[in-house]
Amino acid sequence: MVPISYYLILSAILFTVGVVGVLIRRNVLIIFMSVEMMLNAVNLTFAALALHFLSLNGQIFVLMAMVVAAAEVAVGLAIVMTVVRHKDTTNIEDVNLLKG
Amino acid sequence: MFLFIVFALIAIVAGLGVILSRKPVYSALFLLLNFATLAAMYIMLQAQFLAAVQIIVYAGAIVVLFLFVVMLIGGGELNAVDRETSRQGDKANIASQRSSIQLGWPRLTALVLAVLLLAGVGYGVITGQLHQPTGTAAAFGQGSVEAVAATLYTDYLLPFEMTSVLLLVGMVGAVVLARNE
Repeated sequence: MVPISYYLILSAILFTVGVVGVLIRRNVLIIFMSVEMMLNAVNLTFAALALHFLSLNGQIFVLMAMVVAAAEVAVGLAIVMTVVRHKDTTNIEDVNLLKG
Repeated sequence: MFLFIVFALIAIVAGLGVILSRKPVYSALFLLLNFATLAAMYIMLQAQFLAAVQIIVYAGAIVVLFLFVVMLIGGGELNAVDRETSRQGDKANIASQRSSIQLGWPRLTALVLAVLLLAGVGYGVITGQLHQPTGTAAAFGQGSVEAVAATLYTDYLLPFEMTSVLLLVGMVGAVVLARNE
């Protein structure tokens, strides 16, 4: 039986990797993938704590998070496609339309 | 415990592969490996239904969507670098040589990780360590489709229905954003 804390540590490491990915990469697609990885790390936390507290609520929350992630990916990738069509780049530095 | 360490290492290295690969395609495939490993983790956590949904939604739908977009808009920053250097004659050769060396490690890493994941899952299934609950988890007996469905369709019926609205909004939004005027 693996202690729950190990899952939480792994989840924290994966979340940190995702944060580092968002910070160091310039490609908007890879930043997006890093965000997905962070979402997954949090999902792992929920599933681990669901087992720890012997409650299904955590698993239901993971399901909700997955629905949100699916909708978010669809809309986000549509935005990426629009940006690429207008700017012809996936570099996040070149996307500054909202800058004053 | 042994299985957990193997899966944890695969997940972390695959995560590093996502953020360190130069090509978005490799990143997407490393992401797939990361998601698959997390599905194995869900099985270890007695969340079998979540493991199935993880494979179907994340590994199936989301990664494929990423791959579609990557293939629609091309290789990303590596292409931009190549385009600039190819104008400068000699430097193009150096750049292509460097990139061919660089492209070596993602494949090798991914191969090793994938074989490790398969071996780990196979070992876990054969010895029963992966899916047979121990300790408090045995009494829990949760995570099966019945248990999740009973909770989802009673206590969480309203949030469940609201997710359908969210999906509809997401679908309409994606169509509106991505259409050609």
